[in-house]
Amino acid sequence: MKSRSLLLSALALGSVATLAYAQTPALKKGLKITLLPKNINNPYNVIETSGGTEAGKEIEANVKIVGPSDAGASSQVSYINTAIAQKQDALVLAANDANALLPYLARAKASGMKIVTMDSDTAVSGRTLFINQANSEGIGRAQVQLVGKLIGYKGDIAVLSATPNATNQNTWIKWMQEELKLPKYKDMKLVKIAYGNDDDQKSFTEMQGLIQAYPNLKGVISPTTVGISAGARYLSTSPQKGKVMLTGLGTPNQMRAFVKDGTVTAFQLWNPADVGYLATYAAAALVSGQITGKEGEKFKAGKLGEYTIGKNGEIIVGPPYTFDKANIDKFDF
Amino acid sequence: MKALMSGLRNLPGWETTLVVLVVVALLGGGLLSGDFLTGQNLSFLTANFSETLLMALTMTLLVIVAEIDLSVASILGLCSAVLGVLFAAGVPMPLAILAAFVVGGLAGLLNGVLVTRLGLPSLAVTIGTLALYRGLAFVLLGDRAIADFPQAYTNFGFGTVPGTLIPIPIALGTVLAILTAVILHATPFGRSLYAIGANEVAARFSGLRVERTKLLLFVMSGLMSALAGVVYTFRFASARGDNATGFELGVIAAVLLGGVSIFGGRGSVIGAVLAVFLIGLINGALTIVDVSNEILTIVTGLLLIGSVLVPNLVARVQAARQRRRPRGEAVSP
Repeated sequence: MKSRSLLLSALALGSVATLAYAQTPALKKGLKITLLPKNINNPYNVIETSGGTEAGKEIEANVKIVGPSDAGASSQVSYINTAIAQKQDALVLAANDANALLPYLARAKASGMKIVTMDSDTAVSGRTLFINQANSEGIGRAQVQLVGKLIGYKGDIAVLSATPNATNQNTWIKWMQEELKLPKYKDMKLVKIAYGNDDDQKSFTEMQGLIQAYPNLKGVISPTTVGISAGARYLSTSPQKGKVMLTGLGTPNQMRAFVKDGTVTAFQLWNPADVGYLATYAAAALVSGQITGKEGEKFKAGKLGEYTIGKNGEIIVGPPYTFDKANIDKFDF
Repeated sequence: MKALMSGLRNLPGWETTLVVLVVVALLGGGLLSGDFLTGQNLSFLTANFSETLLMALTMTLLVIVAEIDLSVASILGLCSAVLGVLFAAGVPMPLAILAAFVVGGLAGLLNGVLVTRLGLPSLAVTIGTLALYRGLAFVLLGDRAIADFPQAYTNFGFGTVPGTLIPIPIALGTVLAILTAVILHATPFGRSLYAIGANEVAARFSGLRVERTKLLLFVMSGLMSALAGVVYTFRFASARGDNATGFELGVIAAVLLGGVSIFGGRGSVIGAVLAVFLIGLINGALTIVDVSNEILTIVTGLLLIGSVLVPNLVARVQAARQRRRPRGEAVSP
């Protein structure tokens, strides 16, 4: 009875809003949204889902976080089934397996639930929207923008990558080279792309090699969490500490010490909380009928602003987040 | 009331208790959440323990002859990997399934040979093969997942018996449970298992072929695990090396909670089946009220301890009561 009156008032609210804005219905209140991360108790996932909780408070939705303690292929299935039984309005999940969940997600969809994936997608048929942390172009360009700022747009730079055939790293490097073609980088030169094979020892010696081989080296971009931390470890003991600017993609926990001792000024990664925040807003927008998941549709996501749905229902959170001395202690993952 | 009580008394004791507990779990779950006692939820929930149910059947036979097979979940994973690898290599599905059964049978045979021919304790042997078979599964598949199985097969794992909400694997498990119960309780072979479990030396002197019987049971356990592996693979449309890791604990917990004595010689198929349902229902009820996964693991652990402890206490209390009875009254055997 209670839920029915809630539904009625939500409907009433919805219709009032429809009258007011004609095309975009307001977000319904009291939505039941389940967040299902890859596993619980993983610091990254805790931050990611905390963004969902925050969004849930803002839109007065009932957000709950459930999940397995292991990231096994099938351990998310019983949570999907539970969400169906609990008649949740929407399910936001980071999939542990792109295929294992498909029949269950199909069943959830058939029961009327809206499915949004974040971080780790399923096959396109499994969900309506996929919230991606950042796209390759955004990551590649942002890395060059950051290193340019750090070295005053002047001097040699190098890239310390993972393996020579790593698809994501190579795409990022391609976009870095595109960004470098812009006039403001005319005094910067990419002298070497080194490969540390995502191996700590190899990355360490490659960093050493770069610094010895290129005396005019001013900056190094390492778009891999293994590379940047191994590189920072070498740099922290080298006389070039503070002279060569190392940046790239890393996690706050592995980079904290190097930021505090001045080896690294700033590095980037997406802010996981924004991923969960946007995913929750997107789910609410779907349930409320603001969007249906078609390319080109727009919706508002609270403090993050307006988003447009891209190809295949993909939504990019935005450019990567820059971590530095001032904000690093706000993150634990 | 009196008539009911005496009626219940004619049933074997522990099984009656389990029936009552299953009813309590059903009602309790219904009280905890209005979404629990729905056909759909019960259908999801029972499908979830299909593999446990299957493996518990042969585990019951093994524990009755005072042996144990801890490698069942690893055989499941290995057979799933074999199925996946062969399917990916283009082998027709019926042949791939056959190969999975052959591998399962061989895995069981190795367990059986080590136990019966070399006289090693099955606890030690199957801890070893638990690691060995899981390792082989990872050798075959690494961290790859084979998916995209034909829908005709995944429907078998995922679907329900036409016209009902009964999951197909559970229907299969029920048929096999009846078959196992008939074999155990109504054939000379079945009766011989109790004799072997109760007193192996006496059984051997009375002409029972103890070693051959045990070897056969290990092979059966391997074959049943292979069947569980096929079911699991299709149920999740995903063959992975880590499939069903840790399931052996659930199987053993169910068999012991089902009243099968860990020391051999006592127990019934219906008890084990009821216990599978009981544990599944408790887990399902706790999941639907969003109890976290850690707590679920603790509950399974407590049930395992309780399942060894309670029958032991009951036996003691009964023994004490019989001692207190006045002479002349009939003492039930």
